[in-house]
Amino acid sequence: MGASDLIMYEEEFQKIKEIISKLKVDANATVVFLVDKNGQQIAATGDIERLDTTSLASLTAGNVAATDGLAKLIGEKEFSVLFHEGEKDNIHISIVGGKVILVVIFDERSSLGLVRLRVKRCSDELNKVFQQIMDKTERERASGESFFQSPFAEITDEDIDALFNE
Amino acid sequence: MSFINYASREINVKLVYYGPGLCGKTTNLQYIYEKTNPNAKGKLISLATETDRTLFFDFLPLDLGTVRGFKTRFHLYTVPGQVFYDASRKLILKGVDGVIFVADSQEARGDANLEAIENLKSNLVDHGFDLNTIPYVLQLNKRDLPTAIPLEEMLRSLRIKNEPYYEAVAVKGIGVFDTLKACAKQVLLELSRK
Repeated sequence: MGASDLIMYEEEFQKIKEIISKLKVDANATVVFLVDKNGQQIAATGDIERLDTTSLASLTAGNVAATDGLAKLIGEKEFSVLFHEGEKDNIHISIVGGKVILVVIFDERSSLGLVRLRVKRCSDELNKVFQQIMDKTERERASGESFFQSPFAEITDEDIDALFNE
Repeated sequence: MSFINYASREINVKLVYYGPGLCGKTTNLQYIYEKTNPNAKGKLISLATETDRTLFFDFLPLDLGTVRGFKTRFHLYTVPGQVFYDASRKLILKGVDGVIFVADSQEARGDANLEAIENLKSNLVDHGFDLNTIPYVLQLNKRDLPTAIPLEEMLRSLRIKNEPYYEAVAVKGIGVFDTLKACAKQVLLELSRK
């Protein structure tokens, strides 16, 4: 644990939300969401009420992990794009900056070509933001100070027991 | 790798149930799913074969309420226990925050338990983790079976670092929540030390 933890701050979170909202419009998609490679959802936009995004996130990460495994078996670094075609809805999955997974769900109102084109542009922007987050976390670690006090710094046994008694 | 989101005030934690084939990892998750308030849980996803053997993983998201104003979300995963699914097993450990080892108490599974712990150790190392330092709980499952190995003997062979252990009968729910709670506690305390 520790060094690899992902910490999301307000400023970058807003930027990410703007970027994926724009992608949703530009690509004419129904849903766009971002997941980290461990299956945790980072942000989502679009028609997400009818979707179980938590499950979607964990299955996407599982899918990407399995595909990564396949790539390595045949000597590839990774398969950076996965595409699943359905009768009505399709899923386009791509890896941003080697770390984050960008998922675009779209139907017949869009096309694979359009989605690919828009995702490419958006990936560069997202990559910059994630680089910014990593630099920030890095700086924070190097200085030994925290921008924020860890919310768990003074956690007690009672706090933890309370979680399980509700 | 926990994910702390200061913007939405959420913390996500990943716990993995590990153990030899048919030791009861999925059963643990099923019991937790059944007994948890509908508002606090998501869907239980099982990627299993037609004969209900775990093929890739089971997944259960739990919202346990708030700690210090942060929504605490636990993502529980199981791995496929069968020996030949090692490639998939390794994938699930990616970014894990805490591990629960479910051991099968039956005498005939003694070697399988040991093999699975060795496998856990080496798969953790591949992800840059160390079993000696990661939050870890041992569950001795199927204690109700007549062929169960005596407790002391099991602890002697399986306990590796004075980790908390629980005797369990997962199908009846005995010890299931105690195990989960002990692991969650270690993970949250670990976060508090950062």
